[in-house]
Amino acid sequence: MSGNSTYEPKNGLSRWLDARLPIMRLAHDTMSTFPTPRNLNVWYTFGGILTFCLGVQIVTGIVLAMHYTPTAAAAFDSVENIRREVNYGWLLNFIHSNGASMFFLAVYLHMFRGLYYGSSKAPREVLWILGVIIYVVMVATAFLGYVLPWGQMSFWAATVITNLFTSLDQIIPHLGGAHDPGLGTTITQWLWGGFAVGDPTLNRFFSLHYLLPFVIAGLVVLHIWALHVPGNNNPLGIDVKGPQDTVPFHPYYTVKDGFYLCLFVILFAFLVFFAPDFVGNPDNYTTANPLVTPPHIVPEWYLLPFYAMLRSIPQKLVGVLVLFGAIATLLFVPWLDTSRVRSMRFRPMMKQFFWIFVADCILLGYLGSQEPQAVWHLGGVDMPLLWPARIGTLYYFAFFWVIMPVIGLIETPRPRPDSIAASVLGNAQAAE
Amino acid sequence: MATTNTAEPTRRDFIHIATGTVAAVGVGLAAWPFIDQMNPSSAVLALSSVEIDIGSVQEGQQSVFMWRSKPVFVRRRTKKEIAEAEAVSMNDLPDKLARNLNLPEDAPATDKNRIEKPEWLVVIGICTHLGCIPLNNQGEFGGYLCPCHGSQYDTAGRIRKGPAPENLAVPPYAFIGPTKLKIG
Repeated sequence: MSGNSTYEPKNGLSRWLDARLPIMRLAHDTMSTFPTPRNLNVWYTFGGILTFCLGVQIVTGIVLAMHYTPTAAAAFDSVENIRREVNYGWLLNFIHSNGASMFFLAVYLHMFRGLYYGSSKAPREVLWILGVIIYVVMVATAFLGYVLPWGQMSFWAATVITNLFTSLDQIIPHLGGAHDPGLGTTITQWLWGGFAVGDPTLNRFFSLHYLLPFVIAGLVVLHIWALHVPGNNNPLGIDVKGPQDTVPFHPYYTVKDGFYLCLFVILFAFLVFFAPDFVGNPDNYTTANPLVTPPHIVPEWYLLPFYAMLRSIPQKLVGVLVLFGAIATLLFVPWLDTSRVRSMRFRPMMKQFFWIFVADCILLGYLGSQEPQAVWHLGGVDMPLLWPARIGTLYYFAFFWVIMPVIGLIETPRPRPDSIAASVLGNAQAAE
Repeated sequence: MATTNTAEPTRRDFIHIATGTVAAVGVGLAAWPFIDQMNPSSAVLALSSVEIDIGSVQEGQQSVFMWRSKPVFVRRRTKKEIAEAEAVSMNDLPDKLARNLNLPEDAPATDKNRIEKPEWLVVIGICTHLGCIPLNNQGEFGGYLCPCHGSQYDTAGRIRKGPAPENLAVPPYAFIGPTKLKIG
C-alpha cells in the first residue's frame, strides 16, 4: 500500500485494468513482493492466523444467522435447533463458538509478541493503537455474541456488563428531579430498551453482533496499511538497512504462515470435534431466567483477568474504572516504554518483568474463575483470594506505569547485532 | 480581487461559520431519532404498575413478583429479623440514605424509613452493584448475599459489606388492602 511498486502488467487486459483501477498492483505489492525481514520467527505468524480467524467467524456467523431467532422466547430453542436439526448445524455452531476462543488465543499471543519485541515503539505507534482498538471491538463483539444463545450465562453476562455503566450514577446521581434515574441508569436503560435485559436488548445485540465484525475487517485494513508503511518489526528489534535484510513476503512468509496456520487449525479442530464444550459453561445450557442468578457466574476465559480486577476493588465506580483502565493503558505503551532498544532479547531486566507480567495475567485469569468468597488454605493459614487478586491487579498497572518507564531509563541493554543479515548469516557472508 | 486574509472578520467568514453551525445542528437533529429509538418504547413504559396479593406469604418467607420486568422481593419478616434491623446503628451503614421512592431523597436509612409496615419488607431484588439477584437468607447479616461479587445486605435490604454502593431500592408502593399491594 506504499513504497515503490514492482508490479508489471503482463498483458493487454491487465494493463487496461491497471490504468483504471490498480487493484492487481495493490495485491502484488502488499501480498507478494512486500520486503519482509528475513528473521521473523513463529510469533510473527499470528497476524495471518488472526485474519483467518476473522474470516471463519464471519462465514460461520452469516450462515448461523440464517437459522437463528433473536427473541427472548425463541433464541435458546433456535440454537438447540441449529445443533440438532439443521444440516451440519452442530459443526457450524461449534466452529463459531470455539472460533471465538481460538481468535482470542491468537490475539493474546500476538499482543504479548508485540510487547516483547517492542513492536509498539516508533515508528509503529499508530499500528499498535489500531491493534488495541481492534482488540476492544473484538471484546465487544464476543460479548454481544455470547448473549445470543440466551442461556443463563448469556443473560447474566448481559446484565452484569451493561450494569457497569450504572456506576456513572455515582458521578451524576439524578438527571432531573430527586427521584429521576442518574446518568448511568439512563444509559443502561437506553442500552436495554427497557428496565431490565430483555427482548429489545437481545434483538439489538444480534444486530450489532452482525455489524461489528465488518467494522473489525475495516480496522484490519487500516492495521495492515499502518504495518506496510514502516514495514515489519522483527525479533532483533533493529531496523531493516537494505535488501540483504529482507525476503519477499511470497513465498517465504506465505509458506511459513501457512505451516503454522495448519498447526493452529489442528488445535482448533481438536476442540470442535473432541471437546466442543471445553471452553463453554454448563450453565449456558439452561434457558435464561431473569429471576435466578446462577450461584457462580463467570465470563468466558479470555475476559477472566479483567473480571478478577473488577472484583478485587471494593468500590463500584473505582472497580469499573480499573476494568476499563486496564485496557486503556495499552494505548499508552508506545510512550511508556522509554528504552531506546525495542527487543527484550537485549533487555536483561525488562525481560524478567515481562515474564512476571505474563504469569500475572495467567494468575489473574485463574483468580477470576474462582468464587468471590474463595479462600486458599496455605499450610494452616486461610488467605482469601481477594488478596492475590489485588496484588495481581497492582502489578498489572505497575508493569505499565512504573516498571516500563523506569527500567527503560536505568537498564543497560546488551549489544545488538549490526544488521539482520549479519545476525542471520554471520558477519562475513553479510558483508559480501 | 481584494484579499480575504484580513484581521477583520469578513462577510465570507460569517457565511462559513453560519453554514457550519446550521450543518452541525442539522446533523445533531438527524442523529437523535437513531439514538432515541433505543430507549424503552411506549409499550414498555406502559407497564408501569401492578397489583399483587401477598396473603399467601408466611412469616419468614419471601415471594418474588415482577414489576417493570424487575423482580420485587416481598419478605414477611420475623420478629427477630425486625428487631435486628431496628437495632442497627447508622454508623454501621455504608449507605446512609433510605433509597425509598415513597420518601424524600434525603431520608436516613433507618429501618422505619425502609418499610411501610414492619412485617413487610418490599424491595427491588436487584443488587445495586452489577444487577444480579441476591440470594435470600444468606450472608453474615441474615438478609441477602449477592452470588456475583459477594455484596451482603441485612434484613432491611441495606448494604452492609461488599462492592455494592447502595441499599436495595424500595419501589413506589402502597397497601390497598390488608394483604394487597400496588407497586408502581
